[in-house]
Amino acid sequence: MTAAIEIRDVRKRFGTVDALAGIDLEVRQGEFFGLLGPNGAGKTTLISVLAGLVRADSGSASVLGHDVRTDYRAARRSLGVVPQELVFDPFFTVRETLRIQSGYFGVRGNEAWIEEVMQRLDLVSKADSNMRSLSGGMKRRVLVAQALVHKPPVIVLDEPTAGVDVGLRQGLWQFIRELNRDGHTIVLTTHYLEEAELLCQRIAMLKQGRVVALDSTSNLLKRVHHLFLRLRLAGELPGELRALEHGSAAAGHVLRLKGYDDVEQTLAVIRKSGCRIEEMELVQPDLEDVFVEVMQRS
Amino acid sequence: MSGFSTLLYKEVLRFWKVGAQTIGAPVLTALLYLLIFSHVLENRVRVYDAVPYAAFLVPGLVMMSLLQNAFANSSSSLIQSKITGNIIFVLLPPLSYLEFFAAYVLAAVIRGMVVGAAVLAVTLPFGGIVFLHPLWILAFAFAGSAVLGALGMVAGIWAEKIDQVAAFQNFLIMPLTFLSGVFYSIHSLPAFWQGLSHFNPFFYMIDGFRYGFFGVSDVDPVRSFAVVAAFLALVTALALELLRRGYKLRH
Repeated sequence: MTAAIEIRDVRKRFGTVDALAGIDLEVRQGEFFGLLGPNGAGKTTLISVLAGLVRADSGSASVLGHDVRTDYRAARRSLGVVPQELVFDPFFTVRETLRIQSGYFGVRGNEAWIEEVMQRLDLVSKADSNMRSLSGGMKRRVLVAQALVHKPPVIVLDEPTAGVDVGLRQGLWQFIRELNRDGHTIVLTTHYLEEAELLCQRIAMLKQGRVVALDSTSNLLKRVHHLFLRLRLAGELPGELRALEHGSAAAGHVLRLKGYDDVEQTLAVIRKSGCRIEEMELVQPDLEDVFVEVMQRS
Repeated sequence: MSGFSTLLYKEVLRFWKVGAQTIGAPVLTALLYLLIFSHVLENRVRVYDAVPYAAFLVPGLVMMSLLQNAFANSSSSLIQSKITGNIIFVLLPPLSYLEFFAAYVLAAVIRGMVVGAAVLAVTLPFGGIVFLHPLWILAFAFAGSAVLGALGMVAGIWAEKIDQVAAFQNFLIMPLTFLSGVFYSIHSLPAFWQGLSHFNPFFYMIDGFRYGFFGVSDVDPVRSFAVVAAFLALVTALALELLRRGYKLRH
């Protein structure tokens, strides 16, 4: 089956900076794929190459088998991009904005879908309001709607929930999950790693323009073997355990243990010191821990 | 609608929504020019024997407004979109650079024509206007506004700040328009300036346009049209090349 997105040795240099230093990546059709990395890792540049906003110095990129340069019309028709920047055209209402965006893609008779997208993104009450009058969250919803208006089989969301309230986030993810279930391929970049962990089947981690990790989310989570013990003590943490301290919780300590075997030993040290445990919780490592480890190692 | 017709519709809707500023204001400015200049100069300047000065002035003012507004339409739309970032909405869809160019330029032509027609409508009561060759009028109006629409695209693509577009307008478009024979016939100029005027493409636009009204001109209208068409081809080629390369639009 043709890959939803195929990127082969894509390189892009801005001045002296290698924004993309040879990226190879394949996203399968129907996947919910995460693209993670610190600021400046090259995520947005890579998306821009796919969208035709940035031309790669070398390498190739295609969407559903359509090269983004030589077959750009088919590639762009297949792609819907929610940009990171909160941009809007102040001359138009929400409905006009969506009709115009639909027209750019040559989609005719699209009113029913435009209405549905507005309903799903809770934009109906603002349909005839000028874009200028909308709050930041509402403008973000319109950006999402604009990316979906031509029903693209591949949807790229570049930090779509940055600065967005919880209600919209949940509603947005529910909608995007449904689109994914209907066969749309989703590529997500986000700094909210818990979102990526919850939603993405596979994840690529980028650092300084290179892919430093690429695996299924479950396999990535298995990379970290330690676990965390959260404790609230009625007294000081014994000195012997200070070396295990990973960070401090709001009211207590977080100890990083190599495995379950260490739990008993740790509790024994606490008991021996005469310290009383008020609260205790074992926490599995999450994607954030994997991310930190991958970034430190690479 | 196709991508091209949608972009054209969007560009027309954009200026139509702020009609007081994009149509009303240039009409008022042209009217003020006509009131002041025709009142002050009516009995002092005689350009063509059969044409009173106020009537001579009208086609010049119509063409000047048409050219300036065609330029303003494409240049302001592009620079505003670039600065606010919403240019992305027209870069993401599958529009070819030819469609992109045609939509922006045609919208500029429409704005130029609308403003020109409105200026003509309010200046008609001053009398003396005749339409001897309406096809020449339309041909020069279309070609002139297309040239300025394409020039506006070049300025909008090249500029990174609004003041750079303003500089393009104030230091290039405005002087070329004012020195093109809007207010005078170049035959009234000293030989040196008369010769220099022949290097100003805007002169041919206004001279040919005026021929359409009165049947008299400084230069044969066929020659004028050939110059305007050649200039249009040049500016079009430049704009298309910038778009093809994605200059300052696609990195």
